[in-house]
Amino acid sequence: MDSKDVNRLNDSGWMLLFAVWILVTIATLGSLFFSEVMGVPICSLCWYQRVAMYPLVLILGIGLLPYDPKVLRYATVFAGLGWLIALFHVLLVAGVIPEAAQPCIQGVPCSETHISLLGFLNIPMLSLLTFTVIGLLLIFTYKTESS
Amino acid sequence: MNRKSIFISVAGILLLAFVLATVIYKNHQSSSGTSGGRNQSVIERQGAPIKGPADARVTIVEFFDPACGTCAEFYPLVKKLIDQYPGKVRVMMRYAPLHTGSDEVVKMLEAAHLQGKFFPALELLFDNQQRWIVNHVSQPMRARGILNGMALDHDKLMIDMNKPEVISAIQRDVQDGQALKIRATPEFFVNGRPLPSFGYKQLSQLVEKAVDDAY
Repeated sequence: MDSKDVNRLNDSGWMLLFAVWILVTIATLGSLFFSEVMGVPICSLCWYQRVAMYPLVLILGIGLLPYDPKVLRYATVFAGLGWLIALFHVLLVAGVIPEAAQPCIQGVPCSETHISLLGFLNIPMLSLLTFTVIGLLLIFTYKTESS
Repeated sequence: MNRKSIFISVAGILLLAFVLATVIYKNHQSSSGTSGGRNQSVIERQGAPIKGPADARVTIVEFFDPACGTCAEFYPLVKKLIDQYPGKVRVMMRYAPLHTGSDEVVKMLEAAHLQGKFFPALELLFDNQQRWIVNHVSQPMRARGILNGMALDHDKLMIDMNKPEVISAIQRDVQDGQALKIRATPEFFVNGRPLPSFGYKQLSQLVEKAVDDAY
């Protein structure tokens, strides 16, 4: 429908980024569901991960319509930062990092988890998993774009 | 389908799923949760400060932190509820010192309670919150300075603050608060029932219903 084909779907770079956008949007809505609907308390590490996750919904959204491959640079910085914080959080929950090192507000210790899916998937694990998939998809997108 | 329409459709689907999940969860919760009072022995404590007539059949239990701004805002509203149903409603105050430093301040309040001065002391602290709370952290020394302005046996207060009975009363409140999963203040129970959702309107409706049931 567009004369210059900028709106075509068969562009794998766009499709990959769109998949990342779907993922971050699900993660954003999901975490809001946990805290605002179910009332799960939020520790400070969770907040830092949210700071890295939530803006991706808007940044990627803007970069998708119209498609601007430069958005990859911005998204990668957020995803990388989020991945590092999620890793720290998972290690904290697993007890690899001693509790004394945690920067948490009293009353909501980061080492305590509240949701457990399938017996092992708590929220920090879910976060690390999501940031990992986002990172991998962003790398694929970068490869697709540069080739 | 072009990019724009697929993007908007997916965004719509995700948002719809969120709203739907919220509605389903809330419905599920209201049908299974709040019915019936919870264990009264965890909610009330013998000897906790009480405002209102002793024989009132409706008891509001409030878990509070003297450093909590919303607790200070709710205090006159709760008093209004007691006056609204003369002789029928009383409020029991229980400690939930969630702010850093508040544990020392509630010790002062419990020591004032031993002198029968809990409510005047609490009102003084609530009215002057901005003078003894800095960046959401309680400054016990400053709170102490404010209490110095009221008629109290101050030497006795200093000694009583660390008496075993004061410490154990506070400990009991903190433990019960944990058992009731209290993570924010104020938290209200009306004859054992929690608020369906937080708010003054919800509290006054719950009290109204409890008064209707009890009298």
